Amino acid sequence: MLTAEEVKKIALLARIALTDEEVEKFRLDLTTVLDYVDELKQVDTEGLEIVSQVTGLQNVQRADEPVMADNIEEIMQNAPETKDGYYKVKAIL
Amino acid sequence: MEYEYWPLAKLRQELDDGEVSSVELTKYFLERLKRANPELNAFLTITEERAFGQAREADEFIATAGANPALCGIPYAAKDLFLTRGVRTTAASKILDNYIAPYDSTVIKKLDEQKAVMVGKTNLDQFAHGSSGETSAYGPTKNPWDKTRMPGGSSSGSAAAIAAGLVPFALATETGGSIRQPASLSGVSGWKPTYGRVSRYGVIAMVSSTDSPGAIAGSVKDLALVAEAISGLDPHDSTTSPVEVPQYSKLLNPDIKGLKIGIPKEYFIEGMEAGVEQSVREAITELEKQGAELVEVSLPNTKYGSLVYAIVAPSEISSNLARYDGIRYGHVAKDAKDLLEVYQKSRAEGFGDEAKRRIMTGTYVLSAGYYDAYYKKAQKVRRLIVDEFAEVFKQVDVLACPSSPNVAAPLGKAADDPLFGYIADQLNIPGSLAGLPALSVPCGFSENLPVGLQIIGPQWGEQKVFNVGHAFQLATDWHTKHPKT
Repeated sequence: MLTAEEVKKIALLARIALTDEEVEKFRLDLTTVLDYVDELKQVDTEGLEIVSQVTGLQNVQRADEPVMADNIEEIMQNAPETKDGYYKVKAIL
Repeated sequence: MEYEYWPLAKLRQELDDGEVSSVELTKYFLERLKRANPELNAFLTITEERAFGQAREADEFIATAGANPALCGIPYAAKDLFLTRGVRTTAASKILDNYIAPYDSTVIKKLDEQKAVMVGKTNLDQFAHGSSGETSAYGPTKNPWDKTRMPGGSSSGSAAAIAAGLVPFALATETGGSIRQPASLSGVSGWKPTYGRVSRYGVIAMVSSTDSPGAIAGSVKDLALVAEAISGLDPHDSTTSPVEVPQYSKLLNPDIKGLKIGIPKEYFIEGMEAGVEQSVREAITELEKQGAELVEVSLPNTKYGSLVYAIVAPSEISSNLARYDGIRYGHVAKDAKDLLEVYQKSRAEGFGDEAKRRIMTGTYVLSAGYYDAYYKKAQKVRRLIVDEFAEVFKQVDVLACPSSPNVAAPLGKAADDPLFGYIADQLNIPGSLAGLPALSVPCGFSENLPVGLQIIGPQWGEQKVFNVGHAFQLATDWHTKHPKT
């Protein structure tokens, strides 16, 4: 069973604010999911390679050439706050 | 004239013969879907103005000499996970409620080039997280066969729209069952492509190692036409394959004499509905009658598929959904006092519970100290699943089995069950983890609700699964049954 402290730590890492009620709810939910997958620990996987790409393509590359976007205004229109064509964020320091 | 449920080839003929214009067809389907949508909730956005613009262009093109592309002038709907330039694209989440896509996904572009006509964006489980349609922030889609039930998900709106005859075909996406399961529950045909067959560029990401854009339509023949149009190598998605795209529709061959069809015994699970099993067994017998050779096969690691997915999917989700931070686009919390709070509150307000649950599960299993025990372990068990399929496809051409262990459940059944999707999709997930192409085709009814037959092929084996599905649809009429509207 996950503890409330563990859930709060995960939520901080995931950058999601939780109320105390939600901490309790997700503590139960995440525990259910972790219990569900627990059986995998019994599977013998000695010597097996992990799967990272299923169709076998490797190192697909393209030329690193800059391309001018034709939709900068459209992109910036979605930003909650901008200033002089830049994204505006709260002070970091 | 009534145009709903017409095969795409028949609409093509009618348009080419000048019997109907694209503008008229577009008007017909727009009126039909606007009438049905308040009850079904299959569409989140109706793109009337854009549609008529495209339809007029298609009509002008048809009026010029020469052949027309297969989908020219034909209306369609796109799951609201496909970015559509200048059109609101929400992923059925509040965090993207006001998001106007600044570019088109490759698939939308390819359909634009064919001069197909997009009439709207369909509802889905939020960020495609779910198997019921219920996690949408805009309310669940209803199953046209029984409006008290779910249509399946996550491509809930696309499946319901086809079932109700609201569009001739619809774009959908699969990650672990999101096309096959709703197609099955809604009594329509769905195609989940080989991973890398169709570009993921501009499709809002969920699980990048299994995400596969595909389609839902009225028949396998229609799906073959759409597959030809949307498949292929894309420089914007390095996981798309240079393997040539065959002319699936022209090569469709319903002669399945001597074809070896594997029946994986683990797909007839304990607890599956008796009526579902009966319909699927009868469908398999029909394939045998057509001359296919049935071979019982065993895929013993099937039972681990959903468990592997329950680790791998949230892991990739937690990474892919990190981009929703309230800075560049999407919902931003109003009262945050510093940057950390902007992130935390924007995400808390914007994401639904299922998205939060998956992000946090992924964050946990990827965090220091747990990575090897969960993520790495799951990716190793995934190897067993991939290898086991490869082995079985040395013996058989395709696999036939149920698409879903049950018919459509009542709405509300998925609510707040953290395991609902993993269990609902257990017969689809192993194939997704291995990147295999598959179909779900209607094959009967249980308690008056549709049942789906699943046909799974080896990687790049689209033509084989289309052939088997087509042979089945030439011999049966389940795909021509429609709900009363």
